[in-house]
Amino acid sequence: MAILLIYIIVFIIAFYAVHLVTKMMTARKDYTSLKTVTFGDESAVSPNRPASIISVLAIFMIWGAFTGSKLMPFHAPGPFIGETSFTYTAMNAAGETDGAEVIVTVYDIQSGKTPPKMKIDPGPGFAKNDTANIVAWRSGLIKVQRNDVGSKEDGYKITEINGQEISPSSEVFIDDARIYMTAKGTLSFTPEKGWQMQPIWLPSPEAVWSRLVLVASEGYKTFTLAEHLGWSLLRVVVGFLAGALIGIPLGYAMGLSGWFRGWFDPIVEFMRPVPPLALIPLVIIWFGIGEEGKIILLFLASLWIMTISARAGVSGVNISKIHAAYSLGASKRQIMRLVIVPNSLPEIFTGARVSMGVCWGTVVAAELVAAQKGAGMMIINASKFQMTDLVIMGIVLIGVIGYSIDILMRIAENYLVPWKGK
Amino acid sequence: MKGLSIGNISMRFDLKDGKSIQALKDITLEIEEGQIITVLGPSGCGKTTLLNIIAGFLAPTEGQVVLNDQTVLGPGAERGMVFQQGALFEWMNVRSNVAFGPRMKGMPKAQQNEKVQHLLEVVGLSDFEDKAVYELSGGMQQRVALARCLANDPDVILMDEPLGALDALTREKMQGLVLKLWKETGKTIMLITHSVEEAVLLGERLLVLAPRPGRILKEYKLPYAEMGSGMDLREVKKSEGYIETRDEILSIIWEMEEEIMGRVENN
Repeated sequence: MAILLIYIIVFIIAFYAVHLVTKMMTARKDYTSLKTVTFGDESAVSPNRPASIISVLAIFMIWGAFTGSKLMPFHAPGPFIGETSFTYTAMNAAGETDGAEVIVTVYDIQSGKTPPKMKIDPGPGFAKNDTANIVAWRSGLIKVQRNDVGSKEDGYKITEINGQEISPSSEVFIDDARIYMTAKGTLSFTPEKGWQMQPIWLPSPEAVWSRLVLVASEGYKTFTLAEHLGWSLLRVVVGFLAGALIGIPLGYAMGLSGWFRGWFDPIVEFMRPVPPLALIPLVIIWFGIGEEGKIILLFLASLWIMTISARAGVSGVNISKIHAAYSLGASKRQIMRLVIVPNSLPEIFTGARVSMGVCWGTVVAAELVAAQKGAGMMIINASKFQMTDLVIMGIVLIGVIGYSIDILMRIAENYLVPWKGK
Repeated sequence: MKGLSIGNISMRFDLKDGKSIQALKDITLEIEEGQIITVLGPSGCGKTTLLNIIAGFLAPTEGQVVLNDQTVLGPGAERGMVFQQGALFEWMNVRSNVAFGPRMKGMPKAQQNEKVQHLLEVVGLSDFEDKAVYELSGGMQQRVALARCLANDPDVILMDEPLGALDALTREKMQGLVLKLWKETGKTIMLITHSVEEAVLLGERLLVLAPRPGRILKEYKLPYAEMGSGMDLREVKKSEGYIETRDEILSIIWEMEEEIMGRVENN
């Protein structure tokens, strides 16, 4: 909640700051700037580039600030780490009271060093001084009465912490910690957690980066990073190509022949809305968890999309073009090759883009279920070992690859079908 | 016998709701070689159906079309078509579009190129060979369409509102081009149009079709196409008789349209 609030505040501050700065600079007199009606005019709305940059920066800054990143000059308050102490007052069976001090060392378990046990003077009276080690972000029981004289007798109880009264099932707050007394009268010590995230929930950006460097050089679970990603990509490409190889001719047949359309329409229309992920269990039952099953799953994911786009490409041909080609003496075969196929290419490219996106999502999901290698296997495996940095790294890489695939497809589209949309 | 002969064509087809439509009834027409004939009529009178039958895209339920003693049974290269728009192949450049017909006939590449160059010169698009079709304006695209049709050297050119989508100025220029091509090539041309002015200007013969069922209502023999190939089209439009003929046909069409729509009150 607090993070969301901070994000909204950053959003609002950035908005006013950027507008103030742009106002101070001399405004460009382009056509759009002269429009008086901009609200509702879609063409007058273009993405504000500073906003995009600040948006990305804000995410990294919030991420860094709340994970104690060393790259960030300022941080959200972290957990309490170090030494603190409190005093308690106990009452023995005889009704006498005595006080003692407890020194608590709160340490970060990620550093790998456990602080040594301290030697202290037990002090006078029946209540003796204590020490305790507590891990930051967690809580621990401190049995202060264990070394006290007469603590086993009935009527012995702890009554005050730092002068504040305490009774079973209640809590008091001291500097840097919260102390809760359990129903049985033991103290539970919870050091101040601060606002930062534990690395196990969200590691800092540099932790993710160093994990990337580590995995890139050493690999993960017997395969290198390139092999994990490469296998995922290979499955996508093979599955997609298989789907296109069957789907495009099938789509053409459905677009050109009433019999084919009648025959395959029920199948295609039924299979199209079935999410490929729903087929995973069946594919595993039929083909196992090996490469064969994954490629068949991806084949099924792309097949229907490619079939439908090829069919739409054929149906979308302007009848004038077909008539013109016949009047120019073209045969059916020539019309197929020179008119129908090129005319359907833009639709097929759109289908291919959608299909590649779906396949990439499906392969990761399939690898989450079962695989020896692949991007999805890497992150599900890492999550089982609570390697959150590796999980985040994997998610980022999966996103980057998915985005790159789409950009490559768009470049190919512009190059191969330049007449699209003209 | 040379020429296009349309004998007693009727066209009747059933609709899904069980009714049937008489699109054309007893159309008989003899077009001599080298004539330019324009067809005019209110919407729904079967102009395009008639053209599609001549082109061979539709089979008439009665009667037949005979071109140079050969009955038309399907589309063929001897009957060239020019459509309103969108019939060019966007994936080919101007040269490949124009060379499409010769290529289908298996003409050698060098000869194709020669032909393309010549035809583009004729339609006023020299040096546009390598342009993509979608880079051209609407008028230029129709010039390419005309050149593509001529490249096949058809006996008859059928035009389905070829200038319908052009703006008024471009349209006027293109009308001049159509007349020029008609004179220079001596082709038989049948042109369907919505514009009375265009029909009067371009038609050596002008057919007025009436709807329900589609039939020939009236035929005019006009001198303006002949005049237009020798003088400025604007002058032709000012000439005696042109305006009267135009207005007469306009009122015929107007009346038919009103009959279809139901009379609209106007003062």
